[in-house]
Amino acid sequence: MKILVCITHVPDTTSKISFTDNNSKFNSAGVQYIIGPYDDYALARAIELKESSGGTVTVLNVGEAETEPTLRKALAIGADDAVRVNVFPSDSYYVAYQIAQYAKNENYDLILMGRESIDFNGGQVHGIVGEMLNMPSISPVMKLDFNGDTGTLAREIEGGKEFLEVKLPFIAGCQEPIAEWKIPSMRGIMSARTKPLKVIEPVQVEQLSKTISYEMPPAKGACKFVDPENVEELVRLLNQEAKVL
Amino acid sequence: MGVLIFIESVEGSVKKSSLEAVSYGAELAKKLNTTSAAIAFGNTPAGELEKLGNQGAGKVLLIEDGKFSGITQAMASAVSQAMEKEGYDILILAKSSIGDAVGARVSAKINAGLASNVVALPEMSNGFTVKRSIYTGKAFALTEMTSAKKVITLKKNAFSITEGTGVATIEKFQPNISETDFAINVKNIEKTSGDVLLPEAEIVVSGGRGMKGPENWGILEDLAKALGAATACSKPVSDMDWRPHHEHVGQTGIKVSPNLYIALGISGAIQHLAGVNSSKVIVVINKDADAPFFKAADYGIIGDVFEVVPKLTEAIKKIK
Repeated sequence: MKILVCITHVPDTTSKISFTDNNSKFNSAGVQYIIGPYDDYALARAIELKESSGGTVTVLNVGEAETEPTLRKALAIGADDAVRVNVFPSDSYYVAYQIAQYAKNENYDLILMGRESIDFNGGQVHGIVGEMLNMPSISPVMKLDFNGDTGTLAREIEGGKEFLEVKLPFIAGCQEPIAEWKIPSMRGIMSARTKPLKVIEPVQVEQLSKTISYEMPPAKGACKFVDPENVEELVRLLNQEAKVL
Repeated sequence: MGVLIFIESVEGSVKKSSLEAVSYGAELAKKLNTTSAAIAFGNTPAGELEKLGNQGAGKVLLIEDGKFSGITQAMASAVSQAMEKEGYDILILAKSSIGDAVGARVSAKINAGLASNVVALPEMSNGFTVKRSIYTGKAFALTEMTSAKKVITLKKNAFSITEGTGVATIEKFQPNISETDFAINVKNIEKTSGDVLLPEAEIVVSGGRGMKGPENWGILEDLAKALGAATACSKPVSDMDWRPHHEHVGQTGIKVSPNLYIALGISGAIQHLAGVNSSKVIVVINKDADAPFFKAADYGIIGDVFEVVPKLTEAIKKIK
């Protein structure tokens, strides 16, 4: 199976979020970048599928040069080659367009990515790519197996799970427990240095949205403590002060 | 011009988040001097759809054919046909796995700019700028949507439901959908939740490692029942299989934004806070006075959950 895994390059989940340049830019000082946690599940499942039934795994990122260590990490985990579309990922539509333009001539059987990026949380790139490539897209997928060229999937829905079948080629947005995250081995890290990482230029397309500035949420007031022997007071506060009961 | 709102229902009732979307769409239409309508699929009772007039929808386009259920690719084709035929330029959806997928595909079909997790009406004095929740609730982005056509997905519980009086007229809509849009074959659906859907819940009661084991969940469920709340858990709890994965709230689980979030025996790791920080009021009960969650809480009790929670349940039953 020829698999494409699209990954994001995002701040570690423990990062403190702040902005610079008059709140117009993300402050990356001191921030550790990682493969998006959901993308990491997608990558792990892709490697498992390759190990069990052969094929290739290509990883792709839409981003500028600073994302290359993240792509190298994906190569160390077991992807065969990497592609970077050399442009700032400005919005979901733009990123999806670049992915679709690259993928349309490569005939991938399966395109995997995380259910959403953990920076902008849109959760829509897989759907847009699906529409642009005229393929079904399914998300969030928590189980992905194959019976010949038919995928058997479990998708999380509100209040339950949906089991479905779909023929290749298709796109899936992944989440746990589709696979366990893989940690790169020393051999993987060594071999990743010489695996191909191709840089391609973006295809021109109109920008449909533009983020102008950022804001932090208002600071929380101090926690009001209630005596554990007086839970009636908590109920009173929730009822009369917070008005949520 | 015109605003179309995508409706989702559960067991014959329009979802709360869809009512928020209709309210948002109607307000937006008013600001733009135009009209709004809703679009619904399947077998939601007509009486339930007529009530969308209370939130300001003038009419509801209804696609009765049951085969669309869960097939987002076909739903997106139907929605974009409705937009084209009836002249709607803006689509509003509530964030959900269905809404995300339909919105994404419509955006690609009609070349519409897309903004997700929107929390307020747009600022339109100079362009069309929406405020979005980003970094899992840790910040907001102000994003200008420059295309004429727009798709907006709303964060849950961010926009309040308006309660006017009105009756929406129902118009049957028959889209022309190609068979290739039905490539997905849904075999089975397994319902796993309790009475209240977690992402839609107004009150959530959530347990962490401090609950000490799955056998102790009874006191949490009793409290949830007294409050009419959904139950949830932290990541370690779902990782240890004490509770199912679909109850896990946090950075890599479900993000909730209820009016009230009650955390029992959860220390409050930054990844957990990311999933709950949009809650309007947070109550933390933990015997560890140094638990970081107290810093993010509005109300706290430093005490043993096994002693405090049953008393709290009794106190709530008295006022309900």
